[in-house]
Amino acid sequence: MLRTIEATAITDAVKKLCVQVSYDLPKDVEKALNQALATEESSFGQYSLEQIINNCHLARQNEQAMCQDTGIAVIYLYLGQDVHIVGGALAEAVHEGVREGYEAGYLRKSVVIDPVFSRENTGDNTPAVIHTEIVPGDTLRIAMMPKGAGSENMGALKMLKPTAGVEGVKEFIIDTVRKAGGNPCPPIIVGVGVGGTMEKATMLAKEALQRPTGQSNPNHFYAQLEKELLHDINKLGIGPQGLGGRVTALAVHIEHYPTHIATLPVAVNLNCHAARHGEIIL
Amino acid sequence: MSEVKQVTLPLNDEIIDTLKAGDRVMLNGVIYTARDKAHKMMVDMLNKNQPLPVDLAGQLIYYVGPTPAKPGQPIGSCGPTTSGRMDAFAPELIARAGLKGMLGKGPRTPSVVDAMVEHKAVYFAAIGGTGVAISQSVKKAEVIAFPELGTCAIRRLEVENLPCIVVIDSDGSNLYEIGVKQYQQP
Repeated sequence: MLRTIEATAITDAVKKLCVQVSYDLPKDVEKALNQALATEESSFGQYSLEQIINNCHLARQNEQAMCQDTGIAVIYLYLGQDVHIVGGALAEAVHEGVREGYEAGYLRKSVVIDPVFSRENTGDNTPAVIHTEIVPGDTLRIAMMPKGAGSENMGALKMLKPTAGVEGVKEFIIDTVRKAGGNPCPPIIVGVGVGGTMEKATMLAKEALQRPTGQSNPNHFYAQLEKELLHDINKLGIGPQGLGGRVTALAVHIEHYPTHIATLPVAVNLNCHAARHGEIIL
Repeated sequence: MSEVKQVTLPLNDEIIDTLKAGDRVMLNGVIYTARDKAHKMMVDMLNKNQPLPVDLAGQLIYYVGPTPAKPGQPIGSCGPTTSGRMDAFAPELIARAGLKGMLGKGPRTPSVVDAMVEHKAVYFAAIGGTGVAISQSVKKAEVIAFPELGTCAIRRLEVENLPCIVVIDSDGSNLYEIGVKQYQQP
């Protein structure tokens, strides 16, 4: 049986998500920040975390964007194959939701129409970056992640030789975090994608950032690797805001996918402590 | 951490001498906002011997692109942006326009630190991602140049008790390096 979803319902859901995630930090991230405060030994680190947690309360209370970089809107659509969208085009319904949400929520419009030449602001934060996947079922799950550039600029991709193995993977991830230093607004969440192809690895790295903070990969080997990487990253000493301390990362999330015999792609996508994400199921 | 020092803008060499890496500071008075595009435009103006839209002698530039203000508020969320994007332009403003202070977040390249030491300037960091809290320190905001840049326009802000930390002082002492070294483990 086909289920019908109106394009306007998609627009409304996206609009709501844009505003909600900008004001209301997910509870899993807030919990991780509170744990970080309990662990942190550096006085500047503790001070930074106190300010960050206080700001998160103020944002909720005042209904104001927790960070001025309200990001480019990254939208994931998990579209059930038994869904029929009516009353408009799917992508345009999403863009319209972003347009309305960023206006209604007093969010910053940070998107430029051309990356190299004009760099003129589109004025309404569109277009969104949309990833659509057709899945079984008759629902549409819409996940939203506003991505700020401070952390996005510090990501990296490397096509390793397969013989580089787990040590090569670890070295590249740790090196990427070390080079990022205080720039991506630590404490960060480290999203990693391994396997697939060049673009698949980067997609996995961003999807990894959507996982509830600190939840392990269900695969034992990857869960262990996440644990080891978090431990090693927190020995770098970068600390909250790069001012020195024990908590550089709140979590490391790895997603993996089969790959070609001759390659080992590794992508690292960093998220700042304002790790905003949310979803609505229609 | 030190006790909190009150600093009133504009800056001068005497004030800057008292500010050391690791000092916590409350800023008061008038500061100016600019991001990379506005920096590039100002350096182009200097190169063409044109006057800058604001006299930067003794002034502080805050690296920020605020969210739109809600009705009745002077400004929206306004935490610091990554300072590194201004590194190509900051030494020119320090050396040729007399800029004395910068407020942002994250490390600076050696050329910025060299200019700060040579011309006595100071770099403060505010806590990234605390845009709501910082907006409460801004009492007045007005676009004074490059309005076409929108959020990236140059704004004149009147601030009261804007909390920040001296991260690089005019001796070149750098809290990012000192702090990380202290907590780095083999």
